[in-house]
Amino acid sequence: MEIKVLGPGCAKCKATVDVLTRAAADTGAAVTITKIEDMREIVGYGVMSTPGVVIDGKVVHVGSVPTQEQAGAWMK
Amino acid sequence: MTMQAQEIPKTPTPAWVWSAGVAAFVALWWLVYGQLIPFSEWLVGLLPVDRASHTGEALAFFFYDVPKVMMLLALIVFAMGVVRSFFSPEKTRAMLSGKREGVGNVLSASLGILTPFCSCSAVPLFIGFVSAGVPLGVTFSFLIAAPMVNEVALVLLVGLVGWQVAVTYLVFGLSIAIVAGFIIGKLNLEGWLQPWVRDIHAGASAPTDLESARLTWVERYKLGIEAVREIFGKVWMWIILGIGLGALIHGYVPQDLMVRIMGAEAWWSVPAAVAMGIPMYTNAAGVIPIVEALLGKGAALGTVLAFMMAVIALSLPEMLILRQVLTLRLIAVFIGVVGGGILSVGFLFNFLF
Repeated sequence: MEIKVLGPGCAKCKATVDVLTRAAADTGAAVTITKIEDMREIVGYGVMSTPGVVIDGKVVHVGSVPTQEQAGAWMK
Repeated sequence: MTMQAQEIPKTPTPAWVWSAGVAAFVALWWLVYGQLIPFSEWLVGLLPVDRASHTGEALAFFFYDVPKVMMLLALIVFAMGVVRSFFSPEKTRAMLSGKREGVGNVLSASLGILTPFCSCSAVPLFIGFVSAGVPLGVTFSFLIAAPMVNEVALVLLVGLVGWQVAVTYLVFGLSIAIVAGFIIGKLNLEGWLQPWVRDIHAGASAPTDLESARLTWVERYKLGIEAVREIFGKVWMWIILGIGLGALIHGYVPQDLMVRIMGAEAWWSVPAAVAMGIPMYTNAAGVIPIVEALLGKGAALGTVLAFMMAVIALSLPEMLILRQVLTLRLIAVFIGVVGGGILSVGFLFNFLF
């Protein structure tokens, strides 16, 4: 599973990566998490409020740090 | 994949329990709020200082204002967090796209207050708007109003200076956003965007609205609480520092000094206040206690409002963020138009009051 976190390096974006990393460790899911900071790529997904989460090419979340439960559900 | 104990869902608290909890909290809030003056006097009375001295005056100011501002902030930020859960950048964009200038600027500035916005997503939001056919001037109305007319600024003005000044600030802040956006739109500056933004213009796809669509009340309350947590984490230190500084000015700086420097007679004080405000970057929380103290010491209202608007709406860090999408020329126009609006408000107020 390929996860991308979209965000220009603000505190919330880092928190999002942390939440996802923890969820991956908890569920044992095999994921790669990349952080996308390039504006062109971010807007390429049509995301207007960061942080955004993209899983396998699909935007699943925008505008806030996801909760641990949400992140866990995505890993299934 | 292993199922862990903590993931077994508990029965969720029903919505009415949450609503009752919120109501009880507001009632308690009201009771405590009424007791703040006696509380601050009692606290100063415990200290080995003369209540009538400069120090006593400064301390009473500090002990009353800190809890007052914190309480007001908690209540209003929570309420705004709940209100904002009904809005999202996606919905706002849908409402604004294809709107003509004029009506569009008014709608856009108003939505700027209500839509959740963080200056760190100013760039994706800007592009999202422009690429969906929201006119440039209308987009600017949003970008000017969103940081300038925010609930933290308004709460602090109500709490520290008075509701009349808060309403004045709201009305003129909105007017500047509307008029400045309208003017920028009329100048037809689309060609002054960064080239890569112009290219995106046509293509980008609008994603469907994700989770904001169907939220339960409990989730909205939780968003309100989250907003309070976030804002407090960001501003508590600024508030204490700002009120501390305000208390010092309140207790120690002589009145006639302020009147001479920042009074209505000194015409140059308005441009000076704007010029000073631009490089300063604090959120509204840090600047308003100072604003209060300045007003209390006889600084002119227009000068102080201009200073505050410049600090909040024309911040250098935000310009740097926008630099990614706007050419320097367009940023200069932006600063010129918004700065001009702030100057006019400053002069107007000093003239009228």
